[in-house]
Amino acid sequence: MARPLLGHLERLKPDMESLAEGVLGGNRLALARLLTQVENDTPTGRAALNDLFPFTGHAHLIGVTGAPGTGKSSLVNQLARHFRQPQGEQAPVRVGILAVDPSSPFTGGAILGDRVRMRDLSGDPGVFIRSMASRGSLGGLASATASLVLALDAAGFETILIETVGAGQAEVDIARLAHTTLVVEAPGLGDDIQAIKAGILEIADILVINKADRPGVENTERALRGMLQLAMPGPRVFIHHGLADSSGNTRERMEPGTAEAVAGGPVWHPPVLRTVATEASGIVELAQEISRHKKYLKESGDWERRERARLQTDLQLLLQSALLNRWQARLPESKYQEVVNRLSQREMSPWQAVQLLIEGEDR
Amino acid sequence: MAERKIRVLVAKPGLDGHDRGAKVVARALRDAGMEVIYTGLRQTPEMIAEAALQEDVDAVGLSILSGAHMALAPRVLELLKANGQGNVKVFIGGIIPDEDVPRLHEMGVVGVYGPGTITDEIITDIRRAVRGETVAGAPGTA
Repeated sequence: MARPLLGHLERLKPDMESLAEGVLGGNRLALARLLTQVENDTPTGRAALNDLFPFTGHAHLIGVTGAPGTGKSSLVNQLARHFRQPQGEQAPVRVGILAVDPSSPFTGGAILGDRVRMRDLSGDPGVFIRSMASRGSLGGLASATASLVLALDAAGFETILIETVGAGQAEVDIARLAHTTLVVEAPGLGDDIQAIKAGILEIADILVINKADRPGVENTERALRGMLQLAMPGPRVFIHHGLADSSGNTRERMEPGTAEAVAGGPVWHPPVLRTVATEASGIVELAQEISRHKKYLKESGDWERRERARLQTDLQLLLQSALLNRWQARLPESKYQEVVNRLSQREMSPWQAVQLLIEGEDR
Repeated sequence: MAERKIRVLVAKPGLDGHDRGAKVVARALRDAGMEVIYTGLRQTPEMIAEAALQEDVDAVGLSILSGAHMALAPRVLELLKANGQGNVKVFIGGIIPDEDVPRLHEMGVVGVYGPGTITDEIITDIRRAVRGETVAGAPGTA
């Protein structure tokens, strides 16, 4: 894809010009400030992203998810260290890291502690770490995470590691965002029935058993391998049509690969790897599997399919919220409250209320 | 447009290993609705300034119990300024002799808090300083 010239940035307001241009020029303070604007969904942030969007689509997005305490941050730290070493002839890639921790549902505050495990990366200008609070989002990421990824992508980080909040069984948003999803397990967390439940294990492109020096690692590995053998391997892309529920979260299903892909194309079997992140053991092998997966995505066409599916779902979410906002702005609050009153008096059902509100709007 | 959150970096520069105070303050700020980036023990001023930049924080809280505050605080302030973040409000908690407090204020430290400080006082001061208001005890620095 040809990169557009910088000329179109000239018409921007001075304030935004400095942000978008600063980011493209490698200014770290501009990037940090842009990330804040984007996270807060300000007009400045949106305008800058509009101008930066043509420069995105180059980064390999690697998601790291798993239960709290499995060692996600330490693993991200080690992977970033590995990527920052020269690989043969090639210069090391620049690494962006987004680490999401939960916001308190009561106060909205958060303690973002992932940097504690990433101190090895300090002082490296090729690494940029940003902590994010989930801000009420329930899918394991914050609602702005995908937009922050775009900003880091435009800033030229070739590899972006995205660490989710400590995730349980249903926080699968990361698989929609990332090209390669690592699910991190640790010995002693559950039996083989946990392993065949739907959800987080299904989204793994690579399964990592961290803390593999702990007792019980054989059982964990056996359970995970057993789960994989029960599964039907095939190319997987999130389906395009995210069905949004009332909370704005998107429910999606994995769709089995298209017929021709199953018949002819290569098939990815998620590998199971052991690591001890605190001792940096197993990291080289993990990095090899990550680059093998990237190669697979490119060769199978899954890379493009995932990109397209992701952009389409993002578009749909944006459309939904924009349409809802527009509709709400045109609806008098008194009328809305009147319908809510009739609803709570059981004079009409929620479905009748929706019909009344929407059709009343059309007349 | 999302609500503007106050982001605070809580860091422990220097070599002492007592992070109880830093954790108590971090927790209190969290409960006050702020987003607290906690970086842990034994941070150099360079590491603190770099984290403050990447995280684009409004304020930095330093916990220092080692007695090295007169060396560490000016270095952090200097690095923040060099990075274009002279507007970031710096607070210090820990064991700070009374005679050092005015000197720290002169350097640009907004608030200094010793043992027994009520966390609400710190929360109020951070909110005021981030809004650009003057904080009691630090004339002209907010």
